[in-house]
Amino acid sequence: MSSEIAPPAADTQAPERGQPPEAAPRPPWWHTALRWETGLVVVLIAALLFGSSESATFTSPITLFYAGINVGYIAIMALPMTLIVVTGEIDLSVASMLGMSGALLGNLWHHGWPIWPAMLLALAAGVLGGALNGLLVTRLGLPSIAVTIGTLTLFRGGAEILLGSQTIPLASDRPFPAWLTKIGVVPVSGTELSYTTVIFIVLAIACGVVLHATPLGRAMFATGLQPEAARFAGIRVARVKFWLYVFSGIVCAFAGILLTAQNSSVSYNAGFGLELNVVAIVLLGGVSIFGGRGTIPGVVLSVAIVGSLQMALTQMNIDPNVQQIVIGGLLLISVVIPGLGRAARWRGPSGHKPPWALSKRHRL
Amino acid sequence: MTARTALTSPRLASILRAREAGTAVLVLVVFAAATLKDHNFADAGSVQQLLTGASLIALLGVGETLVIVTRNVDLSVGSVLGLCAFTVGDLFRHQHIPVWSGFVIAVALGAAVGAINGLITTVARVPSLVVTLAMLYIVRGVDAKLVSGSIVLPSQVPSAFAAVGYRTILGIPWLAIIVAVVVAAVAYAMRSFRSGRELYAIGSNPEAATLAGVPSGRRVFMAFVTSGALAGLGGALFLALFAQVDNSAGIGYELNVIAAVVVGGVAIFGGSGTVVGAALGALLLNTIQQALVAVRSSSFWNEAIAGALLLAAIAFDRWLALRVARGLRTAQGAHRDLSVAAPGSSS
Amino acid sequence: MKRINNARAQRRQALRRQALRRQATVIFAAVLAGSVIAACSSSASSSPPGGSTTSSSTASPSSTGAKKGLVVYYIPKDTQNPYEVLADKGGERALSELGGKVVVSSGTVDTAAAQIPSIQAAIQAHANAIVIAGNDAKALCPSLNQAAQQGIKILSFDSDVDCGAAPDHLFINQADTQTIGTSEVDILAKEINSSGQIAILSAAASATNQNSWIVYMKQELQKYPNMKLVKIVYGNDDPATSLTVLQGLLSAYPNLRGIISPTTVGIQAAAQYLNTHKSLLSKLVLTGLGLPSQMKPYVLDGTVKEFELWNPSNLGYLAGYAAAALASGTTTLSTDSTFTAGTLGSYKVLAPAGGTGPSVVLGPPTVFDKANVASFNF
Repeated sequence: MSSEIAPPAADTQAPERGQPPEAAPRPPWWHTALRWETGLVVVLIAALLFGSSESATFTSPITLFYAGINVGYIAIMALPMTLIVVTGEIDLSVASMLGMSGALLGNLWHHGWPIWPAMLLALAAGVLGGALNGLLVTRLGLPSIAVTIGTLTLFRGGAEILLGSQTIPLASDRPFPAWLTKIGVVPVSGTELSYTTVIFIVLAIACGVVLHATPLGRAMFATGLQPEAARFAGIRVARVKFWLYVFSGIVCAFAGILLTAQNSSVSYNAGFGLELNVVAIVLLGGVSIFGGRGTIPGVVLSVAIVGSLQMALTQMNIDPNVQQIVIGGLLLISVVIPGLGRAARWRGPSGHKPPWALSKRHRL
Repeated sequence: MTARTALTSPRLASILRAREAGTAVLVLVVFAAATLKDHNFADAGSVQQLLTGASLIALLGVGETLVIVTRNVDLSVGSVLGLCAFTVGDLFRHQHIPVWSGFVIAVALGAAVGAINGLITTVARVPSLVVTLAMLYIVRGVDAKLVSGSIVLPSQVPSAFAAVGYRTILGIPWLAIIVAVVVAAVAYAMRSFRSGRELYAIGSNPEAATLAGVPSGRRVFMAFVTSGALAGLGGALFLALFAQVDNSAGIGYELNVIAAVVVGGVAIFGGSGTVVGAALGALLLNTIQQALVAVRSSSFWNEAIAGALLLAAIAFDRWLALRVARGLRTAQGAHRDLSVAAPGSSS
Repeated sequence: MKRINNARAQRRQALRRQALRRQATVIFAAVLAGSVIAACSSSASSSPPGGSTTSSSTASPSSTGAKKGLVVYYIPKDTQNPYEVLADKGGERALSELGGKVVVSSGTVDTAAAQIPSIQAAIQAHANAIVIAGNDAKALCPSLNQAAQQGIKILSFDSDVDCGAAPDHLFINQADTQTIGTSEVDILAKEINSSGQIAILSAAASATNQNSWIVYMKQELQKYPNMKLVKIVYGNDDPATSLTVLQGLLSAYPNLRGIISPTTVGIQAAAQYLNTHKSLLSKLVLTGLGLPSQMKPYVLDGTVKEFELWNPSNLGYLAGYAAAALASGTTTLSTDSTFTAGTLGSYKVLAPAGGTGPSVVLGPPTVFDKANVASFNF
């Protein structure tokens, strides 16, 4: 009886039951090209064409800088989120972690701390917050969606406690150092890219290499596809997930520092409500919410699409509510079309779980 | 663990019942502690506020429970509430529709959105988290576009409609009574009708449910329609309660509702939990918020305490579930031992 | 052997079919996405907000000295607050009188992050001036400074920004900050006989305007030793939140005598609550800043006796003329320079004071009560 685990990130189907397992025939070259990412490229090109035709200022190089400012810190948070979703979990506390680390940085700065220790402590807060998430999910085995809603509230509360109603720096405080706050004002010298864009690209390359070209990345895919089998195959599932949460915590704390630097200030509601934006970007990038499927290039394309659409629509002075409808509609279309295709192929309960289930992992 | 076993084994049933009772006990404990600190907390007016403040989230929690029990999630409830609240308010001020039709329209509109969610989830086989997240954005955008600077004002809402928001009967707010009736009705349906119990089956083990002949697609669809309809009703009640609607109505409610539902004992992966528990969870969270205000704690601590409480509730639920599972295994083990020891007896 | 070959062929065919389906799916999705975008763009290009005249870079001075064809970006706190909407309309009125154009751009929530893209759009559109109601005192400064470096004149209205000299900007103040704060307390003191516990129902905790008024309120309270400010609660300019924090306030302080709500959303929510719980009126007095059109029913039936405000449309109108004057060079930020604001008359730039930069004050707040509330249409 064949019980082959589908190879991670490949598009080939598992062999039919009862057939002898055999090597999958090499897919034709255009088969690899026609994946989710190709659709995203088409949508991105459409968005760019749309932007340049409807807005006279879209093609000016500074648009890229602005897009980096507006979307950069959100995009950075999307990268660890991708890895976490690939392993079948989720982290809804990302935006609150950003807020809390920013608030801690502001609070310490207000009390006269020098900038480097303050930033390090803010990053340490990210490590602790991520470790909390990781412990609750791996050690206690709690469902990640519920846990991270809890830590979302907890971190948001932490930010409020640290800052209250103040905006740091107060009139009596020193302003943040200029070398830090310039990232919100000048691009990287020689380019039109904002510092956050460059950081995002570097992080994306790192995450992409890890996810797609290392055993650790394959372990993440395996964990998402078949956690039990992965465990039996020797993958330290709990350890991988724990460190992914810590990674997410530290990256989000870093994003909080970036946002503070960009704005030259921080207040208690920084990053409020952005967690669902991050999830939407990741899902639009082709990452399956069940885990086990998705690519970093897809998420990068998704970031580009969202960023350029937002720039284009704002420059055209379209109602910001229309922007929300467009993003939601894009997300919906992007999952419904393949879903309908899948529905046409679905032949009944043959071991596939009904795809409307939230997750197949039930940890009892 | 199927619904059948859960409800027929007396020991397990008592443990499960204890979960809702536990939440109720916590509500009373917090209430007592706050009253000790500040006697006015037990005032009629204060208790009315406790009930009213929890009503909307509890109502949304009922619908959310149905969806979560089937191992799905509905993130669009907050936006649907806002859309229905504004639509009804707008119809009141421009079309002067009768008061009762306000409720009907709100429920119908909410049910329509729920139907879209349900259709896409079941027919197009899309994960509900993604569908309802997308609908959250779309509905929010549509709602804000409709509002567009002309918010609904109290003078534009018929006083008979707004009366539902603040009138009381024997000291109990109408709002709380309406929600309590809905909770009781849905709880009864979940328990006594086969379609209700099938929801638990779908959430416990979808493949087994389908193989056992449960029409999963239809049941999940109805769960989403109900969730949307109740969100719509919540919108009408929102309009009655606040008599004012702008485009921020309902924003952010979805995570609060899920938090309340989880605190109330509904397992996020489906298969267990009751609407009574969800309503009690909403009441507990609201009581704690109001208690914190009553004991004069700085409002900036509220969020942090709520978050800590949520984590504690999730951990407690997990512990409870482990105990139940252990109890099941022990029971089965004992059973097996018996049948081995006495080969002639039936197991 | 034959069976295995057939199986291989079958698999190849299945893969091909699957790939074809995937290809069709992807293309269909892209086409659908593209058509959605196209549909949105066609609906968008047919409804631009603001005035109708086009802007030209070779503008000629008009009789009042202001250049024609100016483009001014109004960036309110959000796009749906009724007070802001009225102010923006006032600005549109002003610029159309001058032969210029207003573009209203902002986000949907009251955060700085929602306003920054609008500032960027103004920079890219080479606007002549930006008139902004700041959601945050400081977070907008880097973007506004960039705009100033491009030659765009920066003005703030309703809610100031705190940027020091980076950039220099003109604050169009609705009324003297100190006067607002002190008069609010004085009105309440008169109604509660200067004694009792009072509370403040404010907007967002980070809102510059409310916070600056509260500073002066606290100062004025020192004149009334028997009045005690017990709490400040924040309703975030959201009716539901305002009501919730109000209820919390009432349950925590049952002996509360007075509430000041210096935000039109907050006072509206509080008035509605008192209106439906009339028993509270015997011991609780509400005042604050409210729109007469919204507060009329409450004043006429006695729920609220007095409140104050100014005409937000006039505020936007004044800001529009000030922006045009700055952009045309007919006035500067130096103290005592003057400009005319259409039908409102002549205004003077006031010296920086108490942490605020150069400002222009619209006028004293108007106190509304039963006698005059019905005669205003804003």
